[in-house]
Amino acid sequence: MGPVTADVLQVTALVVALALVYRPFGDYMAAVYTSDRHLRVERLVYRCLGADPDARMRWPAYLRAVLAFSLVGVLFLYLFLRVQNHLPLSLGFAAIPPGQAFNTAASFVTNTNWQSYMGENAMGHGAQTAGLAVQNFVSAAVGMAVAMALVRGFVRSRTGELGNFWADMVRGTIRILLPVAFVAAIVLVGFGAIQNFAGWHEITTLAGGHQTLTGGAVASQEAIKELGTNGGGFYNANSAHPFENPDAFTNLFEIFLILVIPFSLTRTFGKMAGNIRQGYAILAAMGLIWIGFVTLMTWVETAHPGAANQIAGAALEGKEQRFGVGASSLFAVSTTLTSTGAVDSFHSSFTGLGGGIALLGMMLGEIAPGGVGSGLYGILIMAVIAVFIAGLMVGRTPEYLGKKIGTREIKLAALYILVTPAVVLVFTALAMALPTPPHSMLNSGPHGFSEVLYAYTSAGNNNGSAFAGLNADTQWYNTTLGLAMLLGRFVPMVFVLALAGSLARQRPVPATTGTLRTEKPLFAGLLVGAILIITALTYFPALALGPLAEGLS
Amino acid sequence: MSRTSTPTPAEETMSTDTPVRASEGGPAPHTPDAGHGARISGGLFDPAQLLRSLPDALRKLDPRVMVRSPVMFVVLIGSVLTTVLAVLSPADWFGWAIAAWLWLTVIFANLAEAVAEGRGKAQADTLRRAKTDTVARRLVDGAEERVPGTGLRVGDRVVCEAGDVIPGDGDVVEGVASVDESAITGESAPVIRESGGDRSAVTGGTKVLSDRIVVRITTKPGETFIDRMIALVEGAARQKTPNEIALNILLASLTVVFLLAVVTLQPFAIYAGAEQSMIVLVALLVCLIPTTIGALLSAIGIAGMDRLVQRNVLAMSGRAVEAAGDVSTLLLDKTGTITLGNRQAAEFVPVAGADPAGLADAAQLSSLADETPEGRSVVVLAKERYGLRERHEGELGHAEFVPFTAQTRMSGVDVGGRQVRKGAAGAIAAWVTGNGGTVTLDAQRTVDAISGAGGTPLLVAVKDTEGARVLGVIHLKDVVKHGMRERFDELRRMGIRTVMITGDNPLTAKAIADEAGVDDFLAEATPEDKMALIRREQAGGKLVAMTGDGTNDAPALAQADVGVAMNTGTSAAKEAGNMVDLDSDPTKLIEIVEIGKQLLITRGALTTFSIANDVAKYFAIIPAMFAAAYPGLDKLNIMQLSSPQSAILSAVVFNALIIVALVPLALRGVRYRPTGADRMLRRNLGIYGLGGLVAPFAGIKLIDMLISLIPGIH
Repeated sequence: MGPVTADVLQVTALVVALALVYRPFGDYMAAVYTSDRHLRVERLVYRCLGADPDARMRWPAYLRAVLAFSLVGVLFLYLFLRVQNHLPLSLGFAAIPPGQAFNTAASFVTNTNWQSYMGENAMGHGAQTAGLAVQNFVSAAVGMAVAMALVRGFVRSRTGELGNFWADMVRGTIRILLPVAFVAAIVLVGFGAIQNFAGWHEITTLAGGHQTLTGGAVASQEAIKELGTNGGGFYNANSAHPFENPDAFTNLFEIFLILVIPFSLTRTFGKMAGNIRQGYAILAAMGLIWIGFVTLMTWVETAHPGAANQIAGAALEGKEQRFGVGASSLFAVSTTLTSTGAVDSFHSSFTGLGGGIALLGMMLGEIAPGGVGSGLYGILIMAVIAVFIAGLMVGRTPEYLGKKIGTREIKLAALYILVTPAVVLVFTALAMALPTPPHSMLNSGPHGFSEVLYAYTSAGNNNGSAFAGLNADTQWYNTTLGLAMLLGRFVPMVFVLALAGSLARQRPVPATTGTLRTEKPLFAGLLVGAILIITALTYFPALALGPLAEGLS
Repeated sequence: MSRTSTPTPAEETMSTDTPVRASEGGPAPHTPDAGHGARISGGLFDPAQLLRSLPDALRKLDPRVMVRSPVMFVVLIGSVLTTVLAVLSPADWFGWAIAAWLWLTVIFANLAEAVAEGRGKAQADTLRRAKTDTVARRLVDGAEERVPGTGLRVGDRVVCEAGDVIPGDGDVVEGVASVDESAITGESAPVIRESGGDRSAVTGGTKVLSDRIVVRITTKPGETFIDRMIALVEGAARQKTPNEIALNILLASLTVVFLLAVVTLQPFAIYAGAEQSMIVLVALLVCLIPTTIGALLSAIGIAGMDRLVQRNVLAMSGRAVEAAGDVSTLLLDKTGTITLGNRQAAEFVPVAGADPAGLADAAQLSSLADETPEGRSVVVLAKERYGLRERHEGELGHAEFVPFTAQTRMSGVDVGGRQVRKGAAGAIAAWVTGNGGTVTLDAQRTVDAISGAGGTPLLVAVKDTEGARVLGVIHLKDVVKHGMRERFDELRRMGIRTVMITGDNPLTAKAIADEAGVDDFLAEATPEDKMALIRREQAGGKLVAMTGDGTNDAPALAQADVGVAMNTGTSAAKEAGNMVDLDSDPTKLIEIVEIGKQLLITRGALTTFSIANDVAKYFAIIPAMFAAAYPGLDKLNIMQLSSPQSAILSAVVFNALIIVALVPLALRGVRYRPTGADRMLRRNLGIYGLGGLVAPFAGIKLIDMLISLIPGIH
């Protein structure tokens, strides 16, 4: 079986698996978010939180709850990391220094999971499980909650109410993330990922050297790391580490976990909107970009010229031999087109153009299929923009799902698409212009610039993957990347929720034959075009000076 | 009147698009520019207008004016900046060239707006001529006094006699007169204005041709219809419409995004060892921000209003024009809109035993003295169906004609001993029985059948030596205007539901509704029913458009999203509506909807075009900026532009010229055909999306080839 056949089979298997669970899982999530029953365990949680899960929230209340919950999360995690040495299960690791603790707290609460520390050499079992893993669940649940609030904004009429944040967040965690992650962790253990609370192991390697290995609750962490599109690895080597990702099957399984919620949420959206085909159109746009990027990446990584690459048959540097180019490309695209940022190979070692594809994936705003929740709300905002421009061309003031896109709506959508480019470009420009930050670059030329651009793109879009080769554990990077993550996560959420509130107040306009049909393939194609032209063009000059300059030379 | 102009050769050549659509909705009797004007066109666009509007365009360079368009304001700042830089290093031709073309970009944008406004100004001038200072003859306690027209107050009563110009807007409270309203409508045939009823409104500036009327002034001087009309066509009262504001916000945010992309580029470029000059960065920025749509946006809006004015419709706000595009329910009055104003004879039905030709002959004879349209239609039918020569009253010797009156409800003729009568079923039946005859069961059945089918039966009876008897029945029915069914099918494809409003009974209404092909009808409609219908539609999220002229239409006109008042209507109706049709042609509502849609389509198409243009500009400018530092980037120079400076200049020149090239399109509007949303989107995306992607590649390459021919430029 040639490598091309293997790659095609692998992608086909993945698509089939995703297609099989799409309907039941999407419908299940819709049922979770529309149910009015509370589980007993959920009631207990609400009592502990002191929250009323039946209070109907307008957008400011919903937003306040999101921000308050996340702020407490950041403060708690920061404190946890600062006093790690005094807590049980610390494995004797020291307290995390303030800059890094802020960066890490911001990173995990924003679903970014940028890691400026080395997991196995800094975090004890306590921090990994009670600190980081908790945020892996709840930060994902917050993203899904905000997405549901936006969907309700489209669905509801003449009310400002968007549901209840506490109910959405707790249900997302208890009814969706926990059970799926539990099953996934068992599967991973079954295929060789480790799960224990063991301490250090001194081993002698085949070559005769000595190595220290830490055990830990790896499989459980791994499951939610992928499922919640978090990406923060237990080990520094992330999913390239055999304890996290033992073989080709677990690799494919982890990609499946990354993609399953973001893709299936389009079904949830269609179901809740009362028009399944609206969900399919969004799915089609996401899928088209994803498959295009996978194809492009695999081709670039396989066909790239260069002496070393030609001898090896492909660009193999930085890739695990047990996965190969195809699986690594598939993983790289899936992780950068979602807000995951887990890696099974090193993006810095990809070819120039390959690194550019990973960068571009994040720059699109991570919407194909995007992070859990954030992917759906991100692409719905782009749909609003696309509808606004193209909708005019059918001779009506634009409307999406029966809601008019007027001045207030377009203002909020426009502000949303402004935030991430502003965060990414301004911080990157500062990092390049100021005297000290460039010292962190371990490479020169366009590749060095790509490292910095990648770091801020990853942080601003809440991806968390790193283009290795940048020393990010400095005062400047810990602080600015932490800020980029917080701004890139919560400022857009403000606009999403405000938009949801504004849409929910509207009275729906009935569809006629004169209405733009947003459930048709034409619209899906249009949406892809709008995403590529509007988002990608923003970054074209920067990309030209980094990956393009490197890849085209 | 400028409105009645004919196409000039210049316009024919400018209009590469074929005329948008012909008005098929039956005759539009009052349209002064019928023929040429019976299509949605922006009217004339003459390249010479560009030159004439130049002074206005330059005046608009005032930053306080420019700041209203964020995109063009950025270009203005860029122009100033590059000019300063060019002055600082005067030996650099490139700086001068970029600065010059940036100024041209701004001026072209202002020119587009000035040309659009200029067309309104011409109309305003014509109107001003009508608004000469008048002397009013005010009635004070029965005595006349002469005061200037500007001194009138609301509630004053003025006398106007033949030859007088009516000094202000008002209602006729006494008398009847024929009035020349050509100053406003362009229609030279005089109209009748009389006290009471729905034809009582008169407009200041129009001229009384005969008789004497007393007018009660209803508007303050300076706020009269003609004043508002001048303000509207001049664009002085123009406010940005909601959709225009929304689009401006999107364009502003795109401008900010690209501003960020360009500003942050410099540190990256410095790191790459390819620091860029300020001139190049400004050029890149101007090429990326959506200047095409930014430059043409306000011209599109003005031209949309202007297209309405061309069709003698005055929109009181741009908001109403936009709403017209969104309308999903049209309320159309039956009479005059869907059917011809009057019922017409469609058939002669003889009673059993009667001779059809004899019936036709009797029907014709008895209608000779009936001057009503119904009566004339009987004569026409007799001629067309039975070949009966038209006869005139004088041809029949010793004939005594009985003319039709509303009291007798019959007409006829007595020739010799023979009396022929034709008229309303009840009246003739009474006449027959009064003369000793009987109305047969057969005749009665035919009458009922015709009424049941929504028609009006007229009986034809004769009294001669054989006594009085009924010969047969004339079937009068509403005649649906030609082409209305097709028109409603079109509307349905556009997603618009038509509802026919009529005072007829449900049976009659249904018959006509079926024949005309409307989606629904409201029979025995009272103003309250109309209002309730509008409210019900609006509660379902639909936008409703209607026409009206009577005072009792005013509440519904105000409630409708698009309320078109007829100019012949009362001033209450005109106040309540948000548009006034000077031709008083209710069919025009359909065209108004199309103009609204066309306005939105033009905006969307040019926005798409503008954004799609960016791709090619990147491929021109990015290699030009960085191929020296990173030679690999020269592979992006897929247009093979001759030199970096020429590449950047070509992109800037293209960016400026495309504005001028699209001015005619912005003024005329994108071609509009009433089809479903899907086909329309596919078509416009193909032309303006793909076209916008491809056109600049060709354009920039062409300009680069021309530039490289200039000696001294490599």
